[in-house]
Amino acid sequence: MAHKVDARGLACPQPVLLTMEAMKSTSDSEIEILVDNEASRENVSRAAGTHGWNVTQSDEVGEDFRILIKK
Amino acid sequence: MTRKNVFATLGGIIAVGAIIGVLAPMLQKLGNPANMGICVACFERDIAGAIGLHRAAVVQYLRPEILGFVLGALIAALIFREFKPSGGSAPMTRFVLGLIAMIGALIFLGCPWRAILRLAGGDGNAILGLAGLAAGVAIGTLFFKKGYNLGRSYKQSTATGLMLPLIMFGLLVLRLMFPPVEGADKSGILFYSLQGPGAGYAPLWISLAIGLGIGFLAQRSRFCTMGAIRDLILFRQFHLMAGLLALLAVSLVVNVILGQFNPGFDGQPVAHTLHFWNFGGMLVAGLAFALAGGCPGRQLFMSGEGNSDAGVFVLGMITGAALAHNWGLASSPAGLGPHGAFAAIIGLLVCLGIGFANLKKA
Repeated sequence: MAHKVDARGLACPQPVLLTMEAMKSTSDSEIEILVDNEASRENVSRAAGTHGWNVTQSDEVGEDFRILIKK
Repeated sequence: MTRKNVFATLGGIIAVGAIIGVLAPMLQKLGNPANMGICVACFERDIAGAIGLHRAAVVQYLRPEILGFVLGALIAALIFREFKPSGGSAPMTRFVLGLIAMIGALIFLGCPWRAILRLAGGDGNAILGLAGLAAGVAIGTLFFKKGYNLGRSYKQSTATGLMLPLIMFGLLVLRLMFPPVEGADKSGILFYSLQGPGAGYAPLWISLAIGLGIGFLAQRSRFCTMGAIRDLILFRQFHLMAGLLALLAVSLVVNVILGQFNPGFDGQPVAHTLHFWNFGGMLVAGLAFALAGGCPGRQLFMSGEGNSDAGVFVLGMITGAALAHNWGLASSPAGLGPHGAFAAIIGLLVCLGIGFANLKKA
């Protein structure tokens, strides 16, 4: 099961901060992050990349974005 | 749907920093004050003067660059479907942070953008300001690590998202209706400066066009001077810093080419040499920017995206500018304002209070 992070409505740098915390603490190999703006989507994807995680999916879901990252 | 945003790449942010690095010194050449091609804090302060919120005669001009920043970001956000009206994340706190950020910036005499441009013009005092900015942002990151958070924002109506852009558009209409009149300190309802920094400005259409262009590019690239320092400290992420360094490097070169590079500490334009307060003022501002999640430029660009929390921060900054000049908190080339030191200490304490009061562990 993917670890879930809901960062919708949170301002910079919270989405990246929560994603980094999840990357450190989770035992899951997959994390699902929800954000509500394009800038956060870019920031989260960039941070995942620099910490050795791969963005496997990045979709627009209604007004939000769903990013899936894998170790 | 994935549409590649070229400006969000490393090359993109460097290009945007470099473009601003060309345009800002050019604005100086075309009439903007020295080492002040673009200064979000100074220009919002000038706007506060133009509409009479303060009556400091030397800093009154309705700066088209600021209006352009918001409207350019709005245009980019509309074109790329990123206009998303939102708000409700502690607006009052953001107002107070904006107010304090402005007071801190006016003790130093510039926002982070101008700190970079001052350094690129050879003003050594800017080193103290930038060091203070970094220290303030570093304190902010400590709060973030401890769980500081102003809470979630929520979707708002389109009308709500358009409020700050519409205010800026209204100001632009006023600027067109009441243009400066030679030798007059007032035109219609707008105040103008006859001398001092407020009397230095590039032609309206050039200022507006450059403001719109930078607003557009910064919205696409998420250019943020505070974020550059924060991300480096908090995440070891160099992305935004690359844009900031590009701005510094290119504006330095352009200043040298245009003969605007004058190295030294004494006699620098619209600056003072009080090292402690250059550092301290920007420390307070940097902490306030960090706690609010963006530098003053970024707050304008986010306002253009419909973020009314950022819009409230902008209004806080304009209010802070009015107080800074009405109450003698702002510095001048002669030194600190009579109550500047007191205001800086109060501002720092309020920021720390806001930081501690909003620690939440999820």
